[in-house]
Amino acid sequence: MKYITEKDIKGTVALEDTILYKGIPCTAGSKMLEKFIPLHNAEVADRLEKAGISISGKVNVGEFGFDLLGETSYFGAEKDENGNLVSASSCLVKEGLKGVLAVELNGASIRGAALGGTVFVKPTYGTVSRYGVIPCACSSEQVGVHACNVENASEILSVIAGHDAKDGTSLPCEKYEYFVKDDVSGKKVCIPKEYFEKADDSTKANVEKIADALKSKGAQVEFVSFAEFEASQSAWFVMMCAESCNNLSRYEGVKFGHRTESYNDIEELYTKSRTEAFGLLAKSVILYGSDVLSKNRYFTTYDKALKVRRLLRTKLDALFAEYDLILAPVSSKTGYKEASMKTVYEESYFTSLASMMGLPVVATKGVQLIGNSFEENKLLCAAKAIGEVE
Amino acid sequence: MKYETIIGLEVHIELATDSKIFCSCGTTFGAGQNNNVCPACCGMPGMLPIMNKKVVELGMMAGMLTNCHINRYTTFDKKSYYYPDLPSSYQTTQWFAPICVDGGVEIETSKGKKVIGIKQIHMEEDAGKLVHDEWTDTTLVDFNRTSVPLIEIVSRPDLNSVEEVVAYLDKLKTLLRFAKVSDCKMEEGSMRCDVNLSIRPEGSTELGVRTEMKNMNSITAISKAIEYEVARHIDALERGTETLIQETRRWDDVKNKSFGMRSKEMAADYRYFPDPNLVPIIIDDEWFESVKERLPELPHLKKARYMDELGLSENDASIITSSRALCDVFEGATKVNGLPKDTANWILGECMSTLRQKKLSADDLDIDPAKLGIIVKMVADGKIVRNAGKKVLAAVFGEDVDPVEYCKANGLDAQSNAGEIEEAVKKVLDANADTVTKYKNGETKVRNALFGQVMKELKGKGDPASIQAILSKLLD
Repeated sequence: MKYITEKDIKGTVALEDTILYKGIPCTAGSKMLEKFIPLHNAEVADRLEKAGISISGKVNVGEFGFDLLGETSYFGAEKDENGNLVSASSCLVKEGLKGVLAVELNGASIRGAALGGTVFVKPTYGTVSRYGVIPCACSSEQVGVHACNVENASEILSVIAGHDAKDGTSLPCEKYEYFVKDDVSGKKVCIPKEYFEKADDSTKANVEKIADALKSKGAQVEFVSFAEFEASQSAWFVMMCAESCNNLSRYEGVKFGHRTESYNDIEELYTKSRTEAFGLLAKSVILYGSDVLSKNRYFTTYDKALKVRRLLRTKLDALFAEYDLILAPVSSKTGYKEASMKTVYEESYFTSLASMMGLPVVATKGVQLIGNSFEENKLLCAAKAIGEVE
Repeated sequence: MKYETIIGLEVHIELATDSKIFCSCGTTFGAGQNNNVCPACCGMPGMLPIMNKKVVELGMMAGMLTNCHINRYTTFDKKSYYYPDLPSSYQTTQWFAPICVDGGVEIETSKGKKVIGIKQIHMEEDAGKLVHDEWTDTTLVDFNRTSVPLIEIVSRPDLNSVEEVVAYLDKLKTLLRFAKVSDCKMEEGSMRCDVNLSIRPEGSTELGVRTEMKNMNSITAISKAIEYEVARHIDALERGTETLIQETRRWDDVKNKSFGMRSKEMAADYRYFPDPNLVPIIIDDEWFESVKERLPELPHLKKARYMDELGLSENDASIITSSRALCDVFEGATKVNGLPKDTANWILGECMSTLRQKKLSADDLDIDPAKLGIIVKMVADGKIVRNAGKKVLAAVFGEDVDPVEYCKANGLDAQSNAGEIEEAVKKVLDANADTVTKYKNGETKVRNALFGQVMKELKGKGDPASIQAILSKLLD
């Protein structure tokens, strides 16, 4: 199932089902919100419509966006003819939609586009309003754009980006100028060894092919190593689970969300409703998040994760002083028939840095390009250059 | 054995803002159920908190009034717990970096002056209210109060008696009302109090087992609850009536008893962590100073100034400075007429008695200070008589009436009715020739009867002094 709901299939842009649209159920891929009908639009939906872009419907997502490639959706996963998991958004843009807006949380959109042969652009955190986005990890999640090519993606992004007074973390810049030029000459690109070496042979071969393409266009590509990045994965999981656990606590069957049929008291109402409606991955996130925020563990886990984030910022400043962008695989393999919780955790290794640090990412052709904050244009141009080689 | 009571208070105060702490919903007390709500304060997914600047400013003011250090870098945290009146299942509060720390206020009791330390003041949002519907036997939620801004003032355990607790609460109330930080109306729930209490043998330095009584909202209840708890603790220690445990207790106002709610050991772990949706608030010097400038002159300083510079008696100065509204009217009126003593007399006499008649409190005094100033001046200058002044005041009270115009229109002008008085006196003397004769024969006390007749004739518009003067002129 790709579409959850359709308004008008001939429209140009769709919304992943973690973005609110007035009057249309917003399920976040969960039984918990199967019947949740929002009272208002997300800011991004309003901006699309104001720009004359019609919204064609809601696209299926993995439950609350935690998973690998949408496999945990209550409404079913999407697979290709070979039985590989595929992203519904990636499929839809290939079928002719101009774009799909998606909330990038734990790498699902980045993997979906890179492995699906489409493009996903996630801008710097704070660029696009999160007003009307089903919240999970508020300090990191950001709305991005799925499209068939970088031009369409950047065009749609320029419509939705810009300050929104309804989001307290929205950056003050009113308008962002994005441009796409086939030009990477003189740019310095680095491939982190830690990422490269965790990938299988065909993934490595693809990264090398992309590196060659960039070199042929005049970029300089080097391998680098930063041990500190290893810490980003565990810090990211602590943070994502903690913030999500807190945000998911509002779904307890009293105000909104699934309510169990029979209960004797309020405790049972909470417990049964949540037990019945959350999937296994969401429950794991909640359990782990509750644990890292508990009184005895806070300072050894959550607080540490915040310190790792601060430390990584310093390391990134040094890295980006030397390099224009990072080239990396998005996953260890090129395809997945299924994904266990272990797979989700392991594969987040490749996307946790950009998630946690709010960095812009362009996913294309099996790889991701990660830039420093506000360097979207470098990424868009590099992605364009890669595309022009084939 | 003699025991010492150790009390610390956590006082919750609703801030006097027009809108809620993180959304633009109104905060009016007594609105229809669920009228002051929006998707944001209902915890709908996707709604984001936007900080109300006024809340931070009132928080700063509360700290300045209570001699606290204002943290220039202050943050909000999420406190997680499940309860039906808490729509998002977390309360946004300040745990790691509250806005004010380390202050104190001076109180005065029968034992003299004492400073009560304040550990911290933090900002937070209020929760909703559960309403039980007897008819359908269901519990419903009213979210009007959800996200109404609060400050919690946490005292140090420096209080030792009911008298001190009452004096401390009274002091906070006076200061906060004066600066318009809150209306501090316990009966409307805009001031609520948690009482932490323990006892120990006098002279001991170890603290006893502490119990907490939550959400007390009247001075009477607080006083009774403290007395009850102290007695219960002493009984437990001396007679072994029960084993004291650290717990939260509920005070029952009807039964005059406290009941254990849940043991602290079993209490929820609130899982505090910084709210990623609210960026840290940085208070720079410019903002700090601008808030400081807006602080009113404090009551004790005003009182001293009223006495030293304006010549008011201590009693008059005390009463006026007990209310911000009285001070504002007093200062505004004095500015117009330059007559502080006369103005004070009018405020404490006529204005207060009008308030009493209308069953209003001093804080409700609704009169244009400039108009009161003019009335006082007209009387002082003899332009109108005192009784006429009272009439004008009544007309001006709470209404948009010009005092000078009103006097003219109603013939209260003293000069314009001098002739009228003489006419009335003549009329009365003519009609009471017998009495006049009695008076002339030395029965001087009948003069009062004549005076009364004249007053009646003039329907109260006559100035007594003028009447007496004319009476003297025509009789003697």
